[in-house]
Amino acid sequence: MREVRVKVNGRDYEREVEPRMLLVHFLREELNLTGTMVGCNTSNCGACTVLMEGESIKSCTMFAVQADGREITTVQGLAENGSWHPMQTAFHEQHGLQCGYCTPGMIMASVSLLQENPNPTEEEIREGLEGNYCRCTGYENIIKAVQQAAGQTG
Amino acid sequence: MTEAPEKYVGGGVPRKEDPALVTGKANWTDNIKLPGMLHMAVLRSPFAHARITNLDVSGALEQPGVRAAYTGEDLADYWNAPMPCAWPVTEDIRMPDHWPLAKGEVNFMGDAVAVVVADDRYKAQDALEFIEVDYEPLDVVVDMEEALKEDAPLVHEDLESNKSFLWPLEVGDIDGAFERADVVVKERYIQQRLIPNAIEPRAVVANPEPTSDGITLYSATQVPHIVRLMLAAGTGIPEQRVRVVAPDVGGGFGSKLNFYAEELLATNIARLLGVPIKWVEDRSENYMATIHGRDQIQDIELAATSDGKILAVRADIKADMGAYMQLVTPGIPILGAFMYCGVYQFDAYAFYCTGVFTNKTPTDAYRGAGRPEAAYAIERIVDSLARELDMDPAEVRRKNFYEPFDEPTTTPAGIQYDSLNLPMVLDRVLEMADYETLREEQKRRREENDPVQLGIGFSTYTEICGLAPSQVLASLRYGAPGWESATVRMFSSGTVEVVTGTSPHGQGHVTSWSQIAADALGVTPDDVEVLHGDTASSPHGLDTYGSRSLPVGGVAVHLAAQKVQDKAKKIAAHMLEASEDDLEFEGGQFSVAGSPEQNVTIQDVAATAFAGTNLPADMEPGLTADTFYDPPNFVFPFGAHICVVEVDTETGKTSVRDYFGVDDCGPVINPIIVDGQVHGGIAQGIAQALYEEAIYDEDGTLVTGSMVDYMIPGAPELPNYTLDRTVTPSPTNVMGVKGIGEAGTIGSPPAVVNAVIDALEPFGVTHIDMPASPMRVWDAIQAAQDGGDA
Repeated sequence: MREVRVKVNGRDYEREVEPRMLLVHFLREELNLTGTMVGCNTSNCGACTVLMEGESIKSCTMFAVQADGREITTVQGLAENGSWHPMQTAFHEQHGLQCGYCTPGMIMASVSLLQENPNPTEEEIREGLEGNYCRCTGYENIIKAVQQAAGQTG
Repeated sequence: MTEAPEKYVGGGVPRKEDPALVTGKANWTDNIKLPGMLHMAVLRSPFAHARITNLDVSGALEQPGVRAAYTGEDLADYWNAPMPCAWPVTEDIRMPDHWPLAKGEVNFMGDAVAVVVADDRYKAQDALEFIEVDYEPLDVVVDMEEALKEDAPLVHEDLESNKSFLWPLEVGDIDGAFERADVVVKERYIQQRLIPNAIEPRAVVANPEPTSDGITLYSATQVPHIVRLMLAAGTGIPEQRVRVVAPDVGGGFGSKLNFYAEELLATNIARLLGVPIKWVEDRSENYMATIHGRDQIQDIELAATSDGKILAVRADIKADMGAYMQLVTPGIPILGAFMYCGVYQFDAYAFYCTGVFTNKTPTDAYRGAGRPEAAYAIERIVDSLARELDMDPAEVRRKNFYEPFDEPTTTPAGIQYDSLNLPMVLDRVLEMADYETLREEQKRRREENDPVQLGIGFSTYTEICGLAPSQVLASLRYGAPGWESATVRMFSSGTVEVVTGTSPHGQGHVTSWSQIAADALGVTPDDVEVLHGDTASSPHGLDTYGSRSLPVGGVAVHLAAQKVQDKAKKIAAHMLEASEDDLEFEGGQFSVAGSPEQNVTIQDVAATAFAGTNLPADMEPGLTADTFYDPPNFVFPFGAHICVVEVDTETGKTSVRDYFGVDDCGPVINPIIVDGQVHGGIAQGIAQALYEEAIYDEDGTLVTGSMVDYMIPGAPELPNYTLDRTVTPSPTNVMGVKGIGEAGTIGSPPAVVNAVIDALEPFGVTHIDMPASPMRVWDAIQAAQDGGDA
């Protein structure tokens, strides 16, 4: 067992875990942060996307111990003072989700994308989200949501 | 509560489902943790066909944290019957026994062999490696045509053949029509096998209920009511003690329209051990052990006159069942039986379907289920006819369309379409796409020998959905009825509860049903709560599949809400001392016609109904109504799509440049949701046309066994969708509505492939199979040129 200390969504946690425990299972099972999901186990679908030190990572292909000492943000930590993050609002307003299972990962990847490129072209948005699969929406409304959050007319 | 509300049906009401989903507060089955819960893992066969000569789980039992391990033999006493197939399509169908865990033989890679139960999922998974199994490999058959040969290896020895059934349909003078024809086109299309890929894998939590000796099963399913029926039948637990809950469910596309072995196994073991049992599928398991879609060989022939009038269609289909029958496996190709005649009017039609066993994962419903296959075949061959006669593909279609109609009209397949207006949708899509300009661009690029060629592909489709009239289902030997139920209750405060038997997993029923009830009762959607997906709160239902939810379930909500409105009106008349006939209901208020100052709100009525002290004589208190709605016919959404592709003839790569779709699903409840369904449907159709294919090698190993190897299109691969709608109400139901969940998936694959072939016309390419991958396109160009040179 190894000790892991992380700050998740602004709160400090300390846990003893098996070194092989995946970060996504650590978040879900140890911290009960079930807003982050597992979709594929092969780093393809992106349902497990969270931010580590502000950058998007896939938490199903990282061990919890690798996150030791780091700061993580999940979809459950995006809202501030009870107000949704503009990306959450945009996904809702542009109907960028249907079943919603990919949505937390998609939102986190989109937040990360705009941090790196605040004013992306449509092509840059599409390329930037290539690591996140959505099986419901056909992506167009997701692209519009990212454009709305970027302050572009969606 | 808002006063004097507007009408909500037809408006883009933002989804009520979203707040939980965008903030990470949804309740997925894998989120459920119960006291004492143990975790189940399943050992699966690495062989496609083998005899199990030795199976010993004792090694697993010695592993840390392991609480139990079982083989099929250990659990057989707890199974009343093999896993059910509810659609034995013919009287003489061959169906194998399908047990939740193998009994002595495995028949596809992924067939379940044994289970381990442990303290956590890691320990359960680890312990699988300590189960000892000796397999004696048997001959494997993966190809349908091989499987039908005399000396083929038998998937199931006891069935004595790999042919499961032959299902024929013949209408009119087929031979005569083919003899009379000026032109006969005959083609073979391959519907490749697809993996549905709901992004949420399946998951199950079985919780034994000690006080009732029953079970609560949480399952990531589209069909909690059907699962309850099957679970009760499979275990012998009385139905009233079986509660099935579908929490938030992350997509289904038909793959969760089933009753799966793990639902039964978790229930068995939870009862044996007296603790909750959880099982969560990982993606590689999902690829092997959740159903696949499509997998058909389609031989289709079309007879026509020299001016392009279709006389007859004959379709001869082989449909791969896989190794076993899941819930509706054999019925899927039969759903297509009535659709190979498409939107075209002619007199003679024949359809034959042979169901075939192979050593592969069972097939079953995948978005469209039988109808995309049919639409693809007819829309491809109509293009072939156009090529044969050197006609424009739009014109050959137009020539064979029905005259627009709005009353049921008999088709070549002997069923009745409800209402169609194909000229209208075709005209509109031609206008949107600026068809003439596209053809000019194409001509220019052909003349310039542009290495990137433009292709324009059509699809004009209808599809059969809104499953379904119970009588018709029974006549097709389907083992369940097709009605849907709803309950609408107005509480004393005037807020509303809607109970539905549909079970959404992304379709937005909570929002749409709220709109329907809000309009009927003069409240706002926020005043309405929708209960679904839990057999305790919604005991009667037949769930969500086959684009049935709105035209059956939504109509049931409308009818129940109307009943509540009717009762409220009687109470209002009593309160106002007026005649019921003189009352008007608008904006949530009953008023006397001509004397609007004499009025009561529906909230006043609700309070009165609750109080029970000022009601008409003989009226029961309360404001609640139930409905069971069994539709008199199916519904038939239709549309016209144009796909514009650019094909790089040097690399074979196809890009969808534009996609135009005009769909007609009758009056729309929520345009935002309908557009979203069409987007996603078209995306899945493009995925089949260009990208996806489940591939097995000759040993029956699934080569595309993970998302690494199976090409799901992401955002860069898919286009934007330019859509419009026309509104042709269905005479089937009072709302005039038709389903829309599958229409995009049905309409789009032929439009895309027709576009690819159109782009390659200068090379003499007339055929390409799906997925039209760069390799296939490049090969087709080379082959056509070689053929041309020879």
